[in-house]
Amino acid sequence: MPVESLFAQLEPLLEQVTKPIQYVGGELGSTPKDWDDADVRWALMYPDAYEVGLPNQGVQILYEVLNEQPRVLAERTYAVWPDLERLMREHGVSQFTVDAHRPVGAFDLLGVSFATELGYTNLLTALDLAGLPLEAVARTDEHPVVVAGGHAAFNPEPIAEFVDAVVLGDGEEVVLAINEVVREWKAEGCPGGRDGLLERLAAGGGVYVPKFYDVDYLPDGRIARVVPNRAGVPERVHKHTVMDLDQWPYPRKPLVPLAETVHERYSVEIFRGCTRGCRFCQAGMITRPVRERSIETIGDMVQTGVENSGFTEVGLLSLSSADHSEIGDIAKGLADRYEGTNTSLSLPSTRVDAFNVTLADELSRNGRRSGLTFAPEGGSERLRKVINKMVSEDDLIRTVSTAFGHGWRQVKLYFMCGLPTETDEDVLAIADLAKRVIAAGREVSGRRDIRCTVSIGGFVPKPHTPFQWAGQTDHEVVDDRLHKLRDAVRSDRSYGKSIGLRYHEGKPSMIEGLLSRGDRRVGRIVREVWEDGGRFDGWGEHFLYDRWLRCAEQALAGEPVDLAWFTTRERDRDEVLPWDHLDSGLDRDWLWEDWQDAQDEIELDDCRWTPCFDCGVCPQMGTEIQTGPTGQKLLPLSVV
Amino acid sequence: MRFAKRGRMRFTSHRDFQRAFERALRRAHVPMAFSHGFTPHPKVSYLGASPTGAASEAEYLEVSVTQECDPEHIRSALDEALPDGFDVVDLVIAGPGALADRLQVSSWLLEMGGADVATVTDAVDGFLAAESVEVRRRTKNGTRTLDARAVLLHGDVTGDDPVAVTAVIRHESPTVRPDEIMAGLRLVAGFEPPAPPRVTRLAQGLWSNGAIDDPLAPDRVGGASAPGRRGE
Repeated sequence: MPVESLFAQLEPLLEQVTKPIQYVGGELGSTPKDWDDADVRWALMYPDAYEVGLPNQGVQILYEVLNEQPRVLAERTYAVWPDLERLMREHGVSQFTVDAHRPVGAFDLLGVSFATELGYTNLLTALDLAGLPLEAVARTDEHPVVVAGGHAAFNPEPIAEFVDAVVLGDGEEVVLAINEVVREWKAEGCPGGRDGLLERLAAGGGVYVPKFYDVDYLPDGRIARVVPNRAGVPERVHKHTVMDLDQWPYPRKPLVPLAETVHERYSVEIFRGCTRGCRFCQAGMITRPVRERSIETIGDMVQTGVENSGFTEVGLLSLSSADHSEIGDIAKGLADRYEGTNTSLSLPSTRVDAFNVTLADELSRNGRRSGLTFAPEGGSERLRKVINKMVSEDDLIRTVSTAFGHGWRQVKLYFMCGLPTETDEDVLAIADLAKRVIAAGREVSGRRDIRCTVSIGGFVPKPHTPFQWAGQTDHEVVDDRLHKLRDAVRSDRSYGKSIGLRYHEGKPSMIEGLLSRGDRRVGRIVREVWEDGGRFDGWGEHFLYDRWLRCAEQALAGEPVDLAWFTTRERDRDEVLPWDHLDSGLDRDWLWEDWQDAQDEIELDDCRWTPCFDCGVCPQMGTEIQTGPTGQKLLPLSVV
Repeated sequence: MRFAKRGRMRFTSHRDFQRAFERALRRAHVPMAFSHGFTPHPKVSYLGASPTGAASEAEYLEVSVTQECDPEHIRSALDEALPDGFDVVDLVIAGPGALADRLQVSSWLLEMGGADVATVTDAVDGFLAAESVEVRRRTKNGTRTLDARAVLLHGDVTGDDPVAVTAVIRHESPTVRPDEIMAGLRLVAGFEPPAPPRVTRLAQGLWSNGAIDDPLAPDRVGGASAPGRRGE
């Protein structure tokens, strides 16, 4: 049966909202398909505003991978702003896709990609606007199967009640596997109904179906155990790892938005995974091992991506892009190819070493030479050992001196505040470091217009990292340290004006911490916050700390746990963590040892250059490190 | 060149269109000239963009190129490279004289779905009969009053399902916008449409003898041109 477009009902509402263009679709790279020619239909959601969601690589990749399949249709949907939400409720317009404006409730699956936990309330808005019951158990065969993925899905327990299924890890292959299961199940006449399908998905251990697992609690509030509640459901669910990224060169047809978005560029992921071993970094832990894309594939992707999109910027993405075994040749090859075409190249994450400056010189050859960014993360040498960020102060000064010697005038330094074992002195060391940077810059360049911008983020302990047991630092302590740091920077007249300090107050990090390491009881808080009007929690102007605090108290009344229990409490080795049944491949004992090493200030090297240190991922997941060099070079593009 | 903004693309803002157009120039391999500056931009002059939410059959812009090109080739390549809904309708090599000087009036179609033809006719008659129709515009520097009647060269009811009004407005500084014509109808006759009107710019050019002359006609004399898919 054809599903009608909602556009006629939506169009008059768009006259009355801000930035209506974000809701109309029609982007270059979008793939309209015929509803009736598809056996399986996916709505893919990024649970934030279009301007943030559209550039998301995960959604773009899955959109293209699915739409390349015959008889499969995938459309996209994003969170609508409160002005449109109000009008949609008033006029009875349901959550729609931007591609063909079809109602989300009509699809077979709703896939939601969670890069951050702060999209949880937006999930509830979308489910509600789509006409789906919020609780997975209340849904019938008529409703789409709601599947969550993305990094936050590595602990999906706070949204376990709201989603039907969860996928861990790389989506490219598993999305097609799920698609096949759904196709077969539908072709057979949907045997067993909704649960019949969910059982098939859960059986192999590659898809987590939360309602097939029961959580028992101890009297003190800790988890006693998480166990399957029916036959045929495995005890643990494993993550997915795509080997050989050259086989998956997506996105090929990047989506080019008409609306202004946060990243206006063609992005190519030059490798996936990272084994630098920074202990705070969840991404580095859950995406192991390192798998490089070859220089040739990168060159081809950039060529077709730029050609298809008309973008003027190319981003070479990864968790630590300078670590690609052939990054020098990639940078030089691309800079040569695009010389004189007003195409700029960027490398978003950079390491602290002199090689990086050479790279940055190369990449900025065709564009501006504005600022260089380095991330020492910890202010003191001691703290950097705790977090395993192996950068000495002298390394940093040498690196920035090289940069200033090469004509750069500004450096940005990223740090975190609230790290385990951190003291006031560790944070105040950031001021000393920034002053040394300015002093070095003035000396090398002989100029006074040297600037150093210090950006500080609040540390939030994340699941599947060595810090998953750590107590989060209370926001009052974090704020106090940040204010002391601000005063220390300002007090020195000869440097203060050359140092810019950027940070946020610590409160939002407490909620991020609650959602990161929460269990199913936290789902009640999410729901209460949403019912109280909570939306767009990743946006400072929408996030209300006091609402979260109040709803947490109400939702957890009568429980032996509270906000502090979930956040600032340190866990011991034996405690069952809410995500222990979800297998990222990391060996739990190794993580614990690494947590002990952190407290003992013992560093750990990178397994790409030193022997395996047995984190457990490769043997557990049947994967291996895939790095070059391939020895290939990028050839000049032939003129068309 | 003249281009159209059709269908859902009417919801683009002028900035949205600019980004899309500059990307299309790249995708279509137009040999555009760049400004010399810290961040070089293609040299494009956008002339009097229609407001967000309004469709248009007659938007105009000029692009500087570094070599002589076949107009039809550029027109079709750009049309292909732009998202659906942006259509390059006509493209000529610019002759002497400024195109901006020839864009003196706009003809707007205001479609008022659900409105009653008699009511609309009365409102339009009242508007035309008025000496002046002073509408307010909020600006950064406070409220400013504009006379919508003085710039209205022509107005009549041109359809009944939906009821449509055609209004020809002389461009002044600042130019009166279609929503200000609606504000004028409200002011003069208390007219409120049941739903926001659908607005389309039909033409721009010089007003002569009760019609709008094609502003690209002078360029076409002696130059190559590419009359495109008009009235698509």
